[in-house]
Amino acid sequence: MPGRQLIMSFPVTTTSHTLAEYRKRGGYGALEKALKEMKPSDVTKEVSAAGVQGRGGAAFPMGRKWQVVVPDDGQTHYLIANADEGEPGTFKDRWILENAPHLLLESMLIACYALNVRNCFVYIRGEFDLPYRRLSAAVEEAYEAGYFGEGILDTDLACDIVVYRGAGAYVAGEASGLLASLEGKKSYPRNRPPRLTVRGLYQQPTVVNNVETLSNIAWIINNGAEAFKAVGTPKSPGTRLFSVSGHINRPGVYEVELGYPWMKFLNEDCGGVLDGRDLKCVVPGGVSSHVLTGAEIASLNLSHEALWDAGSTLGSGGTIVIAEGTCMVSLLQVILRFYHHESCGQCTPCRHGTGWMHRIIDRIVAGQGRPEDIDTLYYISKFNDGTTICGLGDAAGYACVGILNKFRDEFEYYIEHKRSRLNGNLECLKSS
Amino acid sequence: MKQLIPEFENMRKRFPAGFESSLVLPCLRRIQQERGFVADSDIAELTAYLGVPRIQIEEVLSFYTQLRRKPIGRWHLQMCHNVSCSMRGAEPLLAHVQKRLGIRPGETTPDGRFTLSTAECLGSCGTAPMMMVNETYHENLTREAIDALLEGLE
Repeated sequence: MPGRQLIMSFPVTTTSHTLAEYRKRGGYGALEKALKEMKPSDVTKEVSAAGVQGRGGAAFPMGRKWQVVVPDDGQTHYLIANADEGEPGTFKDRWILENAPHLLLESMLIACYALNVRNCFVYIRGEFDLPYRRLSAAVEEAYEAGYFGEGILDTDLACDIVVYRGAGAYVAGEASGLLASLEGKKSYPRNRPPRLTVRGLYQQPTVVNNVETLSNIAWIINNGAEAFKAVGTPKSPGTRLFSVSGHINRPGVYEVELGYPWMKFLNEDCGGVLDGRDLKCVVPGGVSSHVLTGAEIASLNLSHEALWDAGSTLGSGGTIVIAEGTCMVSLLQVILRFYHHESCGQCTPCRHGTGWMHRIIDRIVAGQGRPEDIDTLYYISKFNDGTTICGLGDAAGYACVGILNKFRDEFEYYIEHKRSRLNGNLECLKSS
Repeated sequence: MKQLIPEFENMRKRFPAGFESSLVLPCLRRIQQERGFVADSDIAELTAYLGVPRIQIEEVLSFYTQLRRKPIGRWHLQMCHNVSCSMRGAEPLLAHVQKRLGIRPGETTPDGRFTLSTAECLGSCGTAPMMMVNETYHENLTREAIDALLEGLE
């Protein structure tokens, strides 16, 4: 097991997601402790002191987001759990929603107490069916047991929750896009400032946190910020859920204590590269993060600072393992098709840039690439960076540049010979 | 749509006051579940019921991939062909389904039984390749598993 477990700390059974089982594991004890022994400001202090970095991708500290909200400023505040999990390679929030929905709900209740929130929401992607049903059932159980509604645990706390389903849009995972969607509109992101914690849902101060980020709260309240910081590294406290997929023997969701050695994780915990092949590279945190070669990760550990130093990011924790023999040109084609498909069309550089990049890569794969295409891909990536409202256009560029920097020779070969050096192989199932 | 209004009223109770606009998505999802798609008459009725601009509903319908304004086949097969699924064999499986059903992505079989689509990442990468059939995920697919699955869908 890759280090200590804070979230996946129980065996999954057919009933482990229910309220009864959650209570047996000590569930809702943290809520009771927060409501009866702590002031709302104590909760915020504890969560801030724990230093949890956002688990959705940007690694922004949860506490710093919370501190912008003034609980008793007389305004209506909202809290939203971002369950619009859609970064390719990421499926860890789904694990929480399916297996530990009450952990999320309890953590959200504690956050609502700290931030003076009367109405909170879970925005869940529309395609997630089982996670939605599990979470909705958990909400009903929690209402029934008196954890939502009025007079929660015989205190003054009142809180209501709505599980809100999206309808298929990657960009709705961006916090301001999410709010637009939750207002029943197309999910166009919007410029900051004002920050969402100042003007968010229906112009009210709103905290949007990732599902996994929030799910740490119950543990922090039970055990204290100091205990939380004792897990992980000084700059990356706690654990993270890694979604491991691609050419790997044991794909799945793993909770990893931050600072754990990367190769040990891949080779021992995840069973090594599929069919005993050599490792070519790894997408560390969803396709929007820069790929790292096998040689680059050999000495790295899994922490935010190690990844930043290596010029990439842990992002969403979506780890895609890529074996030797995989055609990176074909892989980039899939990635650029994705960004083109998901660009919402609001900002010109992204709307045109992602389409332009997609057309270029399609042309290269069709054997009609031109020598200047590689430079053009660099140019578009650079032009997109920072010129759009949200990060989708930037991310398309990062993914593209990350692959071009490290595997430029494959692209040059493809353009010159009008075919892939690796037979366009993505599967790597058989040598051909 | 009108027969759904009592249900919508119940849904409304969970939302704070002043959140009428937020009901657009859940109402459209429910209408589509009932009818199979959202008809022009539904748009008019929902506009009147929620008091939101018609353009907002039209925009939402054209923006989100799960919403549609035309009927499709009884079984909607959405095969993910994003990175992880492609790396575990989604494309040959997609070709197999196309050949078996005689349709390409975006098309419906003449008997109205199947509509085939490709989808971008559905968050099922650890159990790739996968396909969503109506609301349900089918994971760790093989050619044989797909054949058995399709046989069972009337």
